[in-house]
Amino acid sequence: MAIGVKVMHRPGSEASYVRATLKGMALTFRHLFRPKITMQYPEERSTETWTISPRWRGTHRMLTDEQGRSKCVACGLCPQICPANCIKLVPGEDEDGNRYPLIYEIDEFRCVFCGYCQEVCPEEAIHVGVHYENAEYERGRFVYDLERLSAQTHPVSSLWDPTDPRGE
Amino acid sequence: MTPEMKGFILVSVVKLVVVFTFVMILVAYATLLERWIAAWIQDRVGPNRAGPKGLFQPLADGLKNILKEEVIPGGASKVLFVIAPAISLMAALMIPLTIPWAAPIPLEFDVTLPLLGRIVHHGSTAAAVTVLPIGFLYVLAVSSVGVYGIALGGWASNNKYSLMGGLRATAQMVSYEVAMGLSVIPVLLLVGNVSFVEIVTAQQQGPFGWLVLPLGLSAFIFLVSGFAETNRVPFDMPESESELVAGYHTEYSAMKFSAFMIAEFAAMVTISMMFTTLFLGGWDIPGTHWDEAGGMAQFLLTAVVFFTKCLLFLFLFMWVRWTLPRFRYDQLMALGWKVLIPMGLAYVLFVAVAVWVVDGPLGVTSVAARSGLLFLFNVPVLAFVFRVLDRGRLIRGSSIRSPAPAPRRARAA
Repeated sequence: MAIGVKVMHRPGSEASYVRATLKGMALTFRHLFRPKITMQYPEERSTETWTISPRWRGTHRMLTDEQGRSKCVACGLCPQICPANCIKLVPGEDEDGNRYPLIYEIDEFRCVFCGYCQEVCPEEAIHVGVHYENAEYERGRFVYDLERLSAQTHPVSSLWDPTDPRGE
Repeated sequence: MTPEMKGFILVSVVKLVVVFTFVMILVAYATLLERWIAAWIQDRVGPNRAGPKGLFQPLADGLKNILKEEVIPGGASKVLFVIAPAISLMAALMIPLTIPWAAPIPLEFDVTLPLLGRIVHHGSTAAAVTVLPIGFLYVLAVSSVGVYGIALGGWASNNKYSLMGGLRATAQMVSYEVAMGLSVIPVLLLVGNVSFVEIVTAQQQGPFGWLVLPLGLSAFIFLVSGFAETNRVPFDMPESESELVAGYHTEYSAMKFSAFMIAEFAAMVTISMMFTTLFLGGWDIPGTHWDEAGGMAQFLLTAVVFFTKCLLFLFLFMWVRWTLPRFRYDQLMALGWKVLIPMGLAYVLFVAVAVWVVDGPLGVTSVAARSGLLFLFNVPVLAFVFRVLDRGRLIRGSSIRSPAPAPRRARAA
C-alpha cells in the first residue's frame, strides 16, 4: 500500500445483493410504463407544458412602414451599442432630408443575441425575433442584409420590462 | 434415391430455411426491442422514425451497415480478421437447429413434382431441423466454438484493447461453460436423456413437470452462466466500454461489426430457447394434455407458446442489462469459480441423492409426486443459497481478501 490505497471496510451483515438487485429491477420495470415527456420536435413545436418564451431572442427582423420601407432612420445607435460589433450601417439621405440606411447588415454569427439593438432603437425598427431554426448551406448566408431582415415574418421578441419583471 | 428419402430431405430443407429465417428476424427485432426497452427504462421514447412506430429500424440499420466502408486495420491479420465474425455468427446460428420449437408437425404427402420426381412423407415430423440424440452435448460443443470467433477477432485486430477484450471473453466463456454444463447435469439426471425432444416430453407430465420447479437452483445457475456466456451485462467484460473502448470488436466496422452484433443477439436467442426447453417445458402448454395430441392446430399454438416464452427471456436479458452495473473482473471470476461451479457440483450431488431417496427408500412411482417431492426438497436449498448470496459472503469485494493494513506512521510533515 505504498501509494496509500484506501481499503473500504463494509459491514457484511448489512450488505444486500439479491434483494438490492430485485429492488433495482422493480424500479426499472416501473419506469418502463412511465409517460414519456419527449417532444417529437419537427412535428410538435410546442406542447401544453412547453412553449417557446415570448422573450426569446433569436435572429433579427427589421420592421417596415405602410409603404414597405424599413422603419430604420440610420441613427447609428444600434452599431454603437452592439457589444459584438456585428451590425454594419452606412447611412444615406434623400432629397427631403430623410435619413435611411444605404447598407444595413447583421452578421448573425458574430451576434450574441443580447437584444440591445432592439432596446436602443428609437424607431422600433430592428428587433430580435422569437425564432431558432437557422440552417444555411454556406457561411456567407448568415450575414443578413436589409432586404433579408425586412423579409422575415417571425414574431418579434418582447424584451424584459423592468416595471413588469415576470412578464405578466 | 427413394421417394421417402427425397421427402425427408425436402422437409429438412424447408425446416432449415424456416428456422434460419425466423431466428434472423427475431435477432433483427431483438436489436430494436433492446433499444426500445433501453429507452423506456430511461424514460425516453426510443427509435420511432423508420416506418410506423420505428418498425423498419432493423432494416435501416442493416442497409446502413452493408453500405458502410469496411476498414481492415494496417497491422491486422487479414484472413483471421475476416473469418472471426463469421465463426462467431455460425456458432451462434447452429444451436437453434436442434431445439424443438413446437409440437410435431403432422405431414402426409405423396406427390410427383417436375424435376424432383415422386416425393413421399409419412407420419409426423419433429419441429426441429434435426432431432439429435446427443442434444445437449452438441450445444455445449458448438457454443464453445463461438469463443474462437471472439478470441481470434480480438487477436487479429492488432489492438491492445481488442486483445484484452478477446482474452477476457475467452477466460469468461471457458469458466462459465463449466458452470453451465454442471447446471444441466441435474436435468439429465432427472430426465435420463440428453436429447431435447426427450427433455421436453419428460416435462409434460404433472403439475411440477417444468424442471424450473424441481431443479430451481439449476435454472438459476444456468441463467447466470447464460448471461456470462452471451457476454451481456452484468458480465459484459469483453466489451466493457469504459475500460476497453469496445473490447474485441473495437477495430471492426460495417457488416463485420454487424456480424458480431448479430452473433451476440443470436446467442441471446439461443440461450432463451435453451432455458425454455430445459426448464420451462419447451413448447408445452401448462395444465393441459391437448397439446400432445398431434395436429396442425396444436403445432401452431405450441409454436406461439414456445416463442412467447423465448421473448419473455429476451425481455429479461434486456431488463437486466439496463438495470445492473457491470461486475468487476475479479468478482466475475470469483463468482464463476468459487460460487457457481462448487454450487453446481454440490447441487448435482444433492439431486442425485434426492432422486435416489425418492425412487428408492420412499418408493415413489408417480411422476408428479416425484417432481413435487423434489420441489419440496428444493425450497430450503434455494432459500439458503439466496440468503448467502444476498449477504454477499461469497462475492464480496477485495477488502475481505487483504486484511486492513496497520495504520502507517504519519509521514514526516
